[in-house]
Amino acid sequence: MTRYVLKRLLLLPVLLFLFSVTVFAIVQAPPGDFLTTYVATLASSGSSISAEQVEALRREYGLDQPVWIQYVRWMENLAKGNLGLSLEYQRPNAELIGERLVLTVVLALFSFVFTWIVAVPAGIYSAMHPRSALDYALTVLNYVGVATPNFMLALVLMWSAFAYFGVSVTGLFSPDFVEAPWNLARVVDLLKHLWLPAVVLGVAGTARLTRVMRANLLDELHKPYVTTARAKGLPEWRLVLRYPARLALNPLVSTIGWYLPALFSGSLIVATVMNLPNIGPLLLRALVNQDMYLAGSILLIYCFLTIVGTLISDILLAWLDPRIRLEEG
Amino acid sequence: MAAEAVPAVAVNVAEERVSVASNWRLVWWRFRKHRLALLSALVLIGLYLVVLCPEFFSTQDPEATDARLAFMPVQRVHLFDGARLSPWVPGVVGKRNPMTLRMEWRADERRKIPVGFFTGGHAYRLLGVVPSRLHLVGAASTDGRDQIHLLGTDRLGRDQWSRLVHGTRTSMTIGLVAVAFSVVLGVLLGGISGYFGGLADLVIQRAIELLQSLPTIPIWLALTAALPRDWTPQQVFFAITVILSLVGWTTLGREVRGRFLALREEDFVLAAELAGASRRRIILRHMVPTFLSHIIATSTLAIPVMIINETSLSFLGLGIRPPAISWGVLLQEAQNLQTLALAPWLLMPGLLVILAVLAFNLVGDGLRDAADPYSQ
Amino acid sequence: MTAPVLEVKDLRVHFFLDEGVVRAVDGVSFDVGPGQVVGIVGESGCGKSVTVRAILQIVEPPGRIVGGRILFTKDGAAAADLTALDAKGPVMRAIRGAEIALIPQEPMAAFSPVHTVGAQVIEALRLHQRQWRPEGAPLSRREARALTIELFRSVGISMPAERIDAYSWQLSGGLRQRAMIAMALSCKPRLLIADEPTTAIDVTTQAQVLNLLRDLQRRDGTAIVFITHDLGVIAQMAHHVVVMYLGRVMEQGAVADIFDAPKHPYTRALLKSIPSVRAAPRTLLPTIAGSIPHPLGRPRGCPFHPRCPDAIPGICANRVPALRPVGPGQHASCFLYHRDEADEP
Repeated sequence: MTRYVLKRLLLLPVLLFLFSVTVFAIVQAPPGDFLTTYVATLASSGSSISAEQVEALRREYGLDQPVWIQYVRWMENLAKGNLGLSLEYQRPNAELIGERLVLTVVLALFSFVFTWIVAVPAGIYSAMHPRSALDYALTVLNYVGVATPNFMLALVLMWSAFAYFGVSVTGLFSPDFVEAPWNLARVVDLLKHLWLPAVVLGVAGTARLTRVMRANLLDELHKPYVTTARAKGLPEWRLVLRYPARLALNPLVSTIGWYLPALFSGSLIVATVMNLPNIGPLLLRALVNQDMYLAGSILLIYCFLTIVGTLISDILLAWLDPRIRLEEG
Repeated sequence: MAAEAVPAVAVNVAEERVSVASNWRLVWWRFRKHRLALLSALVLIGLYLVVLCPEFFSTQDPEATDARLAFMPVQRVHLFDGARLSPWVPGVVGKRNPMTLRMEWRADERRKIPVGFFTGGHAYRLLGVVPSRLHLVGAASTDGRDQIHLLGTDRLGRDQWSRLVHGTRTSMTIGLVAVAFSVVLGVLLGGISGYFGGLADLVIQRAIELLQSLPTIPIWLALTAALPRDWTPQQVFFAITVILSLVGWTTLGREVRGRFLALREEDFVLAAELAGASRRRIILRHMVPTFLSHIIATSTLAIPVMIINETSLSFLGLGIRPPAISWGVLLQEAQNLQTLALAPWLLMPGLLVILAVLAFNLVGDGLRDAADPYSQ
Repeated sequence: MTAPVLEVKDLRVHFFLDEGVVRAVDGVSFDVGPGQVVGIVGESGCGKSVTVRAILQIVEPPGRIVGGRILFTKDGAAAADLTALDAKGPVMRAIRGAEIALIPQEPMAAFSPVHTVGAQVIEALRLHQRQWRPEGAPLSRREARALTIELFRSVGISMPAERIDAYSWQLSGGLRQRAMIAMALSCKPRLLIADEPTTAIDVTTQAQVLNLLRDLQRRDGTAIVFITHDLGVIAQMAHHVVVMYLGRVMEQGAVADIFDAPKHPYTRALLKSIPSVRAAPRTLLPTIAGSIPHPLGRPRGCPFHPRCPDAIPGICANRVPALRPVGPGQHASCFLYHRDEADEP
């Protein structure tokens, strides 16, 4: 088991290297560069900039160098822990990303916790009472939950909150706390705002997970070891929780591998709609403006989060399932 | 006692029928039992009819703008005029509010605009060929001045119903085409990987792992952002489908590979090999039919994912771009709270997204259950 | 004769499927005396497993006990009808596992793969400790563990202190079944139900497990209901035999009587199909003609009549024979021995 995790950890730099090349190729791909967009933006707002100035800037940013040199320079900086400079904001990327990254991770984790707290009991109930009224209700909810794009859900919630209660449920902080330094009051304020986007982000996953849990448990409920446990005289709920539910959880744990990454990248859309200060909207803007080092850094962070999510699921699964833990040696 | 013997005979007959039926017939029999899946299949057929000739289903030219008609709300359809069945919509009168400078619309129940079927309207070419003026529904008044806006209008006064119908064409097609690409890639590469094994398997598996550990939505965004601004809507459409299927094929590829690996060990494949069947024949006649129904079910379930992805990308402004119309493009109009508060009917395309995705999921689940010979 | 531990009377268990009702057990009666080993034989699908699940009240939906009584007698107490108890209630749960224990068919699948075998035995011990140890403090984990090691040793598991922490899939088939026997015996049940306990084990281990079961039975005087389709195992283990076919009892009696003087044509056919070393070389092994009917397509009348070589035309296909005495302590349900019954209106 430890060997397996070590192997994955050793593979991490290789993957990150491959990803960095991919990411760089993608952010480099659009024709023109940041300055072309910049000039276009200036022109549309009526001001202009001389060709010499543009060339000077291009040299300063290193945009006149061959692509591979630009890549190497980016990598060099990254290796030193320097995420580079945002061309648009003229500020270090690390500074721009910092708090937003924390908020991205926190939002995803909240969604994740919400999903599991709701999906596992719902799935267990459905499997233990198949074809009951509540099971049907949950099934309908699940289908609708999976079918609703999360930006749609966000829009509907925002609209209803605004239309019926006159409140605007955007952002992660009240106006007083947006620029405030971190303290307890700000954390409390964050939690007050966080739950709604966390739920919006988690609904589709919750629906999917409930169905997986239900199906898994239904399969497990008819296995001989359940009969054994029942023949032992265990109370029904204790029996289900201790044996089949425990086994039905294992495949669910392996879904963390894709679910956690899906939450990270899915938060991008919810954040854009609900105007949340996480790295999603920043990426969107950087992409549109060809602020390539910023976009590249954010993309690489997403890649990193994805790999970490998969790794966590592997470790958890091995920890939970002795068959995997002991087989791997 | 006599009653007991009757089912016995019936069962035997049923068994007889089952044992001689082809696989496809069995799948159909089982699928037929899922009422909801059957209903959903009808919904999908309906939607694809719209895809074939959206012009026929629209009431107006989806591009026709009229600033005077901006943000007109949904017109309620009345089925009866007095006691007579004769659908009509009330005329709408707009008045500009001097304070907010916004148009405020009020339904005028006295002015009845009759709604008719198979009415004349703007000219188009049916299936891109046959010139026609026929529309499924429209204002049935004789002077042709009256217009109906069943789902209201957007900020430029464009008819939402007609735009929705045209958006259906793009969004439903993109799901289908992207999945078609994925299936081709997935079956081909997964098949190679599973059947030949060795180096090909190693390379393809690593590629799948790499692609699967990419954060999909950010990468899609970056890729679509990289599409040149001056591309035609057709080029963008094609590029988006390719981008969507780039990641989509991996799941299918894995599945096909797994099936091939399992089937390679099966006795009937060994039997075919011993009988001297060619490799091509073994794959096409013996292996593919055993998992074809499964692939179809999986692909059906992949389409709604593609639709949601396309809608999300376009919604963020990085997918299908105006002037092309897709559900996501339409929803982009509903992006900010102010507009939403003013014109909540702009969220309507979202309901269609949910309906379509729901229908695909139900059909897919029905197919999957029907395709699994071990299910009960 | 002392009162039987278990009396099954006209038990009926039906499965309500979408396609129709399967009468898996349709009027089964038999008794199990104290310390007696009763073997139930029959082909697969004859309802023997369902019968014992009904005794434990663990028939799973869509199956349901629709009729009959199951009388279980505890020490000195009056017989209780198990079918009248709430299957999931505390009274039935206290009987299940403590008074009546089950040794399931497949030891591999019958243990949870993610819990150690020891933990699963300890759970059973602690669950029922009030019943087998009415006085004393609650059983601590440590005590339960020590007891489990002792149990493992008594069923012949070598290195019990190590094996207790093993997962079922780390043990061999024989060890697994021994651990299962240890679990079943942990609460000193009055009645043990062994559902084909040796079917999934290889032949050499099979004999060891059977010997172990017989030794334990003799030592503790536990009554056993032993299910198998293997007549050889019955001859080795049982005192009394119940032959089942399609949810009904065809014949029952003492093991010697059934083997020496089988009365029912089905029992005879079964016995004939055992390979014998004394049979003439190069002869075909006799088999029972025809095949078991579809569960939904049960024949009318005697369930065996379509395959029966001695079926009486006009009678066996129309009427269901009842279980009647055919000798001292031997019963058969067959019109061959009860023509009078067949002629009754």
